Amino acid sequence: MIDRFHKFSYFPGCSLATTAKENNRSLHIFFERHDITLNELDDWNCCGSSSAHSVDHDLADWLPTRNLSLAPIGSPLLVACPNCYHRLKLSHMMLANSETARQQYEAMWGRAFDPDLEIVTFFELISEMADKGAFKDHKTGLKGLKVAPYYGCMLSRPPAMRHEKNFYGLMEKLLTSLGAETLRWNSSSRCCGTMLTASRPDIASRTIENIISEAECAKAECIVTACAMCHMNLEIRSKLPGKTPIFHFSELLSLSLGIGSGMGWFRRHLIDPRPLLRSKRLIP
Amino acid sequence: MKTNEAVKNINTNSFTKMDKDYARFAVEVIRRSGVNIHRCWHCKACAGGCSFSKDMDYLPNQVIRLVQIGMKEEVLKSSAIWICVGCQTCSTQCPQSIDMAAVMDSLRQTAIKEGVKVAEPHILNFHKEVMNSIQRHGRTHKLEIMMRYKLSKKDWFADLDVGLKMLLKRKLDLMPSRVGHQAEIRRLFKLSRENNHD
Ligand code: SF4
Ligand code: SF4
Repeated sequence: MIDRFHKFSYFPGCSLATTAKENNRSLHIFFERHDITLNELDDWNCCGSSSAHSVDHDLADWLPTRNLSLAPIGSPLLVACPNCYHRLKLSHMMLANSETARQQYEAMWGRAFDPDLEIVTFFELISEMADKGAFKDHKTGLKGLKVAPYYGCMLSRPPAMRHEKNFYGLMEKLLTSLGAETLRWNSSSRCCGTMLTASRPDIASRTIENIISEAECAKAECIVTACAMCHMNLEIRSKLPGKTPIFHFSELLSLSLGIGSGMGWFRRHLIDPRPLLRSKRLIP
Repeated sequence: MKTNEAVKNINTNSFTKMDKDYARFAVEVIRRSGVNIHRCWHCKACAGGCSFSKDMDYLPNQVIRLVQIGMKEEVLKSSAIWICVGCQTCSTQCPQSIDMAAVMDSLRQTAIKEGVKVAEPHILNFHKEVMNSIQRHGRTHKLEIMMRYKLSKKDWFADLDVGLKMLLKRKLDLMPSRVGHQAEIRRLFKLSRENNHD
């Protein structure tokens, strides 16, 4: 894929555009360093988040279609948020499988449906970059950091998407190659509770405190996730005394290139990761 | 497609009148969700893998069971259908490829449509505020969602510390990020209204 493309259309999604701006910045900077340009879709809209599919089937199917119609032909669409990826992919599959839906799409957005649009996750791109040796030069960038990789539900998917690629183990593989020590632990794919953090904080807190205690039991110094929603939930919903810092995967990748301190994004964490990074001499 | 096949394969000839009343609900769920719930063999892999099954009144497979045997009221009034966040952990583990999240989605929407008393009104309100925010801006505006949700819950002080911390760290933007072509967003909401009036 990256042999063919150095330009991607880019769908950040609401979380990365707002609450998790720092993750968005680190993603952009990281890819720029690797000569990959991300062109944000012009005037994109929310994919429906975790609510549309819960309460309104039509909006869950159709909100993402407007974004698909905004994607320029010929370059793949990179989706940063795992949940948005599912929503966009499912809508694309719906259109690919139904002539009636395609007609409706064309009437609605005034352009032909592109069955060949590649919708790519952040993980897929990183994995290809790793296979091409893109990270060889920053081998010791995360030396000594003990990390619990947390996937949450990002790799779970509906049966209709069963044949998509799976990237379980990618964080372990990459972080190890960058000098970090990754730990095996029990809760790496336990869902963080997404919207329950707002509507049933009691359930969310208990779930999240369990997840964090498991990481602490495995002697993790920090947890890394690739989802902005998980990142936020893990930071705000734990009252445990341990205060284990939480990173977005893109932040650690950037840090391994020496980018991070001075960018201001560690300061925006609710659990300050700087003392840990200083103690490992990863930032000044 | 798969839904229709699933419905067709149910042989109702041998059903008594009462059986038919019970079976009707299952057929309705199959049609709406596109999932043949009769494939579930109750191995409980879903319940074991679900982070939230402890918090549900019925385990995910029990929800399926209630549908199979036509206990409509019990299932529509259950808390389980609202507590499920649709994370797909169970669907990934299910040996029978049951798309549990799709079943739960369709049950929630049936509960709303039929106006039953919802077991988790706060969760429903939260979803409604998210949808309202998308309708207004084309994107979600988290601060507004939280304020309006709290207004509906009349519970301003719970979680105040978390909210303040997020504001201080500039994680909650004061102003929404908006879609320029609002008419296109209105078109999407119109489509949903029209379909739901059928
Ligand atoms: S995992 Fe699948 S087959 Fe097993 S009980 Fe759950 S829904 Fe049924
Ligand atoms: S989709 Fe629902 S039932 Fe299945 S694991 Fe997630 S929360 Fe539990």
